[in-house]
Amino acid sequence: MIPLGNYLVVSAILFAIGTAGVFLRRNLITILLSIEIMLNAVNLSFVAFGRWQGTVDGQIITFFVMTVAAAEAAVGLAIVIALFRHRESLNPDAFTSLKW
Amino acid sequence: MPDTVLFYVFSAVAVGASLLVIGQRNPMYSIMLLIASFGALSALYIQLDAPFVAMAQIIVYAGAIMVLFLFVVMLLNAPHEDAALWDRTHPLRRPGVSRFGAMLAVLLIVQLVWALLRVSDARAAVGERGDVAELTSVRTVGRVLFTDYMFAFEATSVLILVAMVGAVVLAAREDRR
Repeated sequence: MIPLGNYLVVSAILFAIGTAGVFLRRNLITILLSIEIMLNAVNLSFVAFGRWQGTVDGQIITFFVMTVAAAEAAVGLAIVIALFRHRESLNPDAFTSLKW
Repeated sequence: MPDTVLFYVFSAVAVGASLLVIGQRNPMYSIMLLIASFGALSALYIQLDAPFVAMAQIIVYAGAIMVLFLFVVMLLNAPHEDAALWDRTHPLRRPGVSRFGAMLAVLLIVQLVWALLRVSDARAAVGERGDVAELTSVRTVGRVLFTDYMFAFEATSVLILVAMVGAVVLAAREDRR
């Protein structure tokens, strides 16, 4: 059988990739995709811990994370559409009107 | 040891596809690669005796959320080289600064792996405890969801309603008066 640590390491690597994407990319849609990668990394560790404990709680929390991700994607993409309409750009550096 | 081989294959696919997601200039390719990554993750969920989560991953994530992303990318007809000039002139792109950033990213992975491997049960096999027939059945998941997690489930429905109204309000055209 596969040790718990292997799943946790895969989850950590995916989370780091997602974090790097949020910081490195200059495209709002790719940033939202990176957030999805991070949510999935956490889902994987939830399911692995749940299986290790022998309960279904991990699967259920993953289900809730998925619904929250759906809500986040809907609102985030609506904000992206509204911003694109104002600036004709997806670059977060273009939205600096509130900067001092 | 077919389990172990499959685990490494699917983990490699998930990690590789995710790396390519953040490496692409065109958001369309990023979305396609992320769908591949989600497919590999759902295979890992099946290995973890969670077929319900695996199917929800494919249907909800790959089928609904990613299609929403694709729809927005097509709707905006996004210029994919938009950020190229900004990237070259951005102050954070100077070689010293970006090398420091890459070092921090590697440090984050090393730190996380180090911390996770010190978890006392990291070497314990995942599938030892619990009854597999019980864990894999959707009946068990449903029963726990509608008894122990009843309040969270109802709160989620309110959250989705709020998100739906919010998305409609945000994305609606402003020139109707």
